[in-house]
Amino acid sequence: MKNKLISAPYLVWMVVFILVPLLMVAYFAFTDKDGNFTLNYVADVAQYSQIFVRSIWLAAIATVICLVISYPLAYILTGMSKNTQSTMLMLVMLPMWMNFLLRTYAWMTMLGNNGIINSIFGFFGLGPYKMLNTEGAVVLGMVYNYLPYMILPLYSVMVKIDKSVIEAASDLGCNTWNTLFRVVLPLSLPGVMSGITMVFVPAISTFIISRMLGGGGNLLIGDLIEMQFLGNAYNVNLGAAISLVLMVIILLIMTIMNQFGSDDETVLM
Amino acid sequence: MNNSLKRIIALLFPLVIGTSLLAGCSSDSVTDADEESEETEVQTLTVADEEYYSKFRDSGISINVYNWGEYISDGSDEGTLNVNAEFTKLTGIKVNYTNYATNEELYAKLKGGGASYDIIIPSDYMISRMIKEDMIQPLDFGNIPNYKYIGESYKNQAYDPDNAYSVPYTWGTVGIIYDTTLIEEENIDWDILWNEDYADRILMFDNPRDAFAIAEIRLGYSLNSEDFDELENAAELLKEQKKVVQAYVMDEIFDKMGAGEALIAPYYAGDAITLMDEYEDLGFVIPESGTNLFIDAMCIPSGAKQKEAAEMYINFMCEPDIAYATTSYIGYSTPNTAAYEMLDDEIKNDGISYLDEEYLAQNTTVFRNLSDEANQKMQDLWTELKSTHDETKNKWLVPLFMLACVILSITILIMRYIKKKKDIF
Repeated sequence: MKNKLISAPYLVWMVVFILVPLLMVAYFAFTDKDGNFTLNYVADVAQYSQIFVRSIWLAAIATVICLVISYPLAYILTGMSKNTQSTMLMLVMLPMWMNFLLRTYAWMTMLGNNGIINSIFGFFGLGPYKMLNTEGAVVLGMVYNYLPYMILPLYSVMVKIDKSVIEAASDLGCNTWNTLFRVVLPLSLPGVMSGITMVFVPAISTFIISRMLGGGGNLLIGDLIEMQFLGNAYNVNLGAAISLVLMVIILLIMTIMNQFGSDDETVLM
Repeated sequence: MNNSLKRIIALLFPLVIGTSLLAGCSSDSVTDADEESEETEVQTLTVADEEYYSKFRDSGISINVYNWGEYISDGSDEGTLNVNAEFTKLTGIKVNYTNYATNEELYAKLKGGGASYDIIIPSDYMISRMIKEDMIQPLDFGNIPNYKYIGESYKNQAYDPDNAYSVPYTWGTVGIIYDTTLIEEENIDWDILWNEDYADRILMFDNPRDAFAIAEIRLGYSLNSEDFDELENAAELLKEQKKVVQAYVMDEIFDKMGAGEALIAPYYAGDAITLMDEYEDLGFVIPESGTNLFIDAMCIPSGAKQKEAAEMYINFMCEPDIAYATTSYIGYSTPNTAAYEMLDDEIKNDGISYLDEEYLAQNTTVFRNLSDEANQKMQDLWTELKSTHDETKNKWLVPLFMLACVILSITILIMRYIKKKKDIF
């Protein structure tokens, strides 16, 4: 009884701001402009399959890059002294103190043809290379913006791994590689899973990164949904249908990912 | 010795700082005074009929004004009027002023409900859509005597044929901003946006209506075409352009053109003037072959709570002094004939803000709202345009994705198999 009372504010919050909006999305997706039931809008989403594939693909690349960068970093972090750890963690968080838009805007000026990076190349007689307004720039933006969301869950899981387990492994004749793969990796899987979720989900639905760094020619699902609401046609129902399909796809992908992890540990969805 | 020296320094230090600060202050105030004496043009406001504005003086009401960003004189430039503050001073009506970025945002906000505005300033095509959907209400022109200042050529436009719903606020045209140092062509016309010599240095509108309009001018179609074939042809032309377009942008044009990142971009005349003030190398041209004339006009939404006060606000905005302050501050052209008379000849004849009547009548078209089907068609074509890629990439995207899926599922299976084996032992 007591527990229920404490969780009441969150439950109310969840119903009002998560459950009701979700139901409304579903309602709009399956009705037409007059409120009659229709499957047309959901069926129409098929014509955008190419955009879906590209979004999933780019988000997946960004997630993998984030994982590859973050995993060793998090592992090395846990081996440092307490003071260094907190300093390093603060450095990881530091970019997040700045506004998301501002950070992305900064990349725009850095990657441009007259930007800082090309100026440095130009100094050595190279380039200029076309970096802005490409898919690569979009992936870079995703990696840069969502990297902390991968590092933090990985770190918080790894820091809890009992050092004696690793010592026992080496005691029993396990070399460094084997320790990493057979002890640390399985123990840190929950962190990997929630890291992937926290990077992949926002990356797949982003629209501002692709607009600013992709030059508007690299449309992602997020842009597509935004266009239905703030675009020329104002098609709320189609926008809701696309959102719903996206949610189902993410649900499916996350379910598959959870299979990948250990069975008895539930992962934050 | 050492200690006493320290003490002296410690005593002297604040003194030195204090005097230098004082000196700084006094020299500042001197320059301020100088500047003020040089600044002769501090604008003052005179209205014809003060009696009219006193109606709500003591009622303590307020109105909600929803306008474009940076679209009113707010007194931030020296000597300009803060329009909303002047209105409150004159009438006693408080103004709650908020901004939107696009017509579509305004539409979505009103359509979604929950927001109550007394004044909105949509553009032409959005006005006709809102009239059609009963989102704005007819005005009582008896309450807007200053409507007489609005030039005849801006009244009774196709978007509001009887001019019952709207009072023009500003107008402008779409033209081409270009870098004068690197582009030496004469007679710049819309086809320069397709020119392969400038590949990857060209920017384009990131909204379908403006982008399609440019293609439609090139093809000789009406800017309000609802013909699906014509729309498809225009989309085809835009698709052809995509190869040379660096990016599809709106307000980012300011940065990209300013930094020399791009050389050519189509944009609105008023913003171009602001941009050219800042960067001398930029030029602006309104193509001979024609362009879109846009009019932003003041309207009152259907659910407005203070209709009469809103009409008073509209009337106030049409006061010559206020219209003059607005047009000088935001750079867009004014439809107010009395305010136009107050402008410098330099602005009247710059060939950007005010064009000759003949060109305006012959070569410009005002947008009208399209049918729902045509809007949807345009949106679909636009989405298709923005999502298609180089053919070579397309070919590999799907197979690669499938391959990744297959690899993933195989790995999952193997992992599970290994795990099971382990469990047995």
